Amino acid sequence: MGRNLTHLDVLEAEAIYIIREVAAECEKPVMLYSIGKDSSVMLHLAMKAFYPEKPPFPFLHIDTTWKFKEMIRFRDETAKRYGIEMKVHINEEGVKQGINPFDHGSSYTDIMKTQALKQALTAGGYTAAFGGGRRDEEKSRAKERIFSFRNSAHGWDPKNQRPEMWKLYNTRIHKGESIRVFPLSNWTEKDIWQYIKREDIPIVPLYYAAERPCVERDGQLIMVDDERMRLLPGEEVQVKKIRFRTLGCYPLTGGFESDAVTIDEVIDETLSAVDSERTTRVIDSDSGAGSMERRKKEGYF
Amino acid sequence: MRDLLRFITCGSVDDGKSTLIGHILYDSKLLYADQEKALRLESKVGSRGGEIDYSLLLDGLTEEREQGITIDVAYRYFTTDVRSFIVADTPGHEEYTRNMAVGASFADLSIILTDAGKGVLAQTKRHARICSVMGIRYFVFAVNKMDLVHYSEEAYRRIEKDILALRDELKLENVIVIPVSATEGDNVTHNSPNMPWYTGDNLLHYLENVDVREKEKEKGFYLPVQRVCRPDHLFRGFQGQIESGEIHVGDEITAFPRREKAHIKKIFIGDREAQEAFQGQPVTLQLDREIDVSRGSVIERDSAISVADSITATLIWMDDQPLVNGGNFFVKLGTALIPGVVAKILYSIDVNTGAFRETDRLDKNGIGVCKISFTDRIAIDRFKEHKSLGELILIDRVSFMTSACGVVEQFEQDSSLDGGKVSTKTRSAAMGQQAVTVVFRKEDGIDRNLLTEAEKKLILEGRYSYLLEDDGNIEPEELAHIIDHLNRAGIVVLLSDAKKDRNAYPFAEETHVVVYAGEEKDRDSIVSFVKRISSYDYDLSGEKSYI
Repeated sequence: MGRNLTHLDVLEAEAIYIIREVAAECEKPVMLYSIGKDSSVMLHLAMKAFYPEKPPFPFLHIDTTWKFKEMIRFRDETAKRYGIEMKVHINEEGVKQGINPFDHGSSYTDIMKTQALKQALTAGGYTAAFGGGRRDEEKSRAKERIFSFRNSAHGWDPKNQRPEMWKLYNTRIHKGESIRVFPLSNWTEKDIWQYIKREDIPIVPLYYAAERPCVERDGQLIMVDDERMRLLPGEEVQVKKIRFRTLGCYPLTGGFESDAVTIDEVIDETLSAVDSERTTRVIDSDSGAGSMERRKKEGYF
Repeated sequence: MRDLLRFITCGSVDDGKSTLIGHILYDSKLLYADQEKALRLESKVGSRGGEIDYSLLLDGLTEEREQGITIDVAYRYFTTDVRSFIVADTPGHEEYTRNMAVGASFADLSIILTDAGKGVLAQTKRHARICSVMGIRYFVFAVNKMDLVHYSEEAYRRIEKDILALRDELKLENVIVIPVSATEGDNVTHNSPNMPWYTGDNLLHYLENVDVREKEKEKGFYLPVQRVCRPDHLFRGFQGQIESGEIHVGDEITAFPRREKAHIKKIFIGDREAQEAFQGQPVTLQLDREIDVSRGSVIERDSAISVADSITATLIWMDDQPLVNGGNFFVKLGTALIPGVVAKILYSIDVNTGAFRETDRLDKNGIGVCKISFTDRIAIDRFKEHKSLGELILIDRVSFMTSACGVVEQFEQDSSLDGGKVSTKTRSAAMGQQAVTVVFRKEDGIDRNLLTEAEKKLILEGRYSYLLEDDGNIEPEELAHIIDHLNRAGIVVLLSDAKKDRNAYPFAEETHVVVYAGEEKDRDSIVSFVKRISSYDYDLSGEKSYI
């Protein structure tokens, strides 16, 4: 027949297969939606997987209340454009206590992100949650299965992973347990960008360079997205042409100067980048090697 | 257009797997600067006295970094100008056979490392055997640490000879052997000046160019159904991935295990409507009529797959509790999930020597051949014929752990209804009649009472006949089965039937089925029609067109 699939076709087929398996076998799935590029790809794949049906599960965004404004706008537009059910969860207890990224450091991430996620999953009674994690992002992710099991406290035990053979995913769980499913496990950052281009998938404009107000902090450019941004002594707001490689909470996400305003320019820049993408996320490097792994044992996605 | 190659690396703890892959990444300039910087920093405190320790690129989890060994499967991604690669780095420790099986199940090709100073060891054979059980057909044996034997051709040839003997013993296909040094980079991404006597491919060049798909062709088209898509009452589509072959709008398909036929009305590849689709694509198929298809069914065309409720499989046992006869499991095979029992462990296979041993239990990391019975019949085939219908996992019914993985070696079709060895011709001559099945349609007004009369008269006139009524409660498949056996026993079957044609039943090819035209509705004309077509010398082959 001589018809070969490209590597993007193979990755797409694998992800769709996984998403369909979960919909067919798991009792109450939910797809986490973080608004970022990986989430955009995962959502796009879910739309393809079930067509002409809509995805038979809701989408869930954990809102720390410190996301970029543009992200929230994009999230709401996306839900409308695709006609999907978008649930938003905020840890209201954390908001009441005034938890913020300036005063509370890594416990901010734990309370507004990890705890909020656990609350939402428990409250929704979800038995399976799709995440956009990729194995090439970080060393401990490289060893995680596509179907990753969590105990009733949402913890991960790297020594007790179920063997995963062929495409025969074992989705059986006991009451209270749940599964995290990573359909993009085998994608690289490069694959994500090339697929976004091929499929013309809308992404948050923050990925493209534009004039944005920012301050320089610890060698990274932090955008001043609203009046809550606290400036340190000596910091001055400057307007620079910057863009972001990953998106999260604006005070914790480093941007960099760039002229890339089209998808091709972004891809060019990514392919020749000298730093791997997680260096622009403050969270991974704050307590040295092994910090991501520890976080995951505690329930971080 | 770049394609994708998935491969695994296997070797013993100190054979240098991680170093080998790390070196490919490093040489191919595939690291980001921060990774390279981290590598240099970590190497300073590492075991190579300040030299770059390439293996640090791969060893991930904290605990194993402390132990200095890889304890799970790690996946790495890299792309050259020619190809994209995914590498599963698998552990060499004996107790981690299961992790190696995981890596092997995912790969098209296996790189097995041997130490040039040690040669082919028990582990080497174990790795090759597990890869072979899991269906890998392309092998690279990398004879590593050539620098430590002073790049000696003689040392290499000795090991090469042992590897080729292993190849013959395990009947491995597509084997190549390459002398390398992972730490020094000889024959890893460039042909080494240290071994001018070696004129074959270097490792990366081979990986970039090997075609693992050419022999992968499986017969016909098949698609295990993942789910039924019903957005509204007008649309019913079947979603799954095409495992082999291609399909076009208008093609006739058969849905297993019921063997009902229909035609393809529409094809969607993802969200795009198409006229045809082929192997590897995720599709939604809409059929031209309502037939019995659900998750676990298989839609096929000309694939010669089968249906069975009992198999013989080679299993790799992965649970802490040993497997014993009578163990109860959920079996996942294709997209079917079905209760099953390991009826009997036939023998175990020594993973190092390949010796068979009679046994009634399998311990963790053991390999054995077992009989497994399911509670129902499912679409199935041998692993060698149709991979996706021949691979399975066993799920413990209490702990829900994945206790074993396995491949179907053989399946028993209707073992409870095995026929005799007397040929149809002999039987026919002895009985003075030809077995045929005559279908009488209820809608033609031929009812059971009339047929009871006809049956009685046929028997009295010396025709061995048997009246069967399809009351609608019996599965077409089961009925077809009974009829096939009656015909094979030489009996003429009168089938009183509510359905329109013979296609409603999945009859065996050699079963002669004739539909009674129904113009004459009295006992005597029915009897004379049946007698005529079942007479010993009547040519039934012409009668088929009559249907």
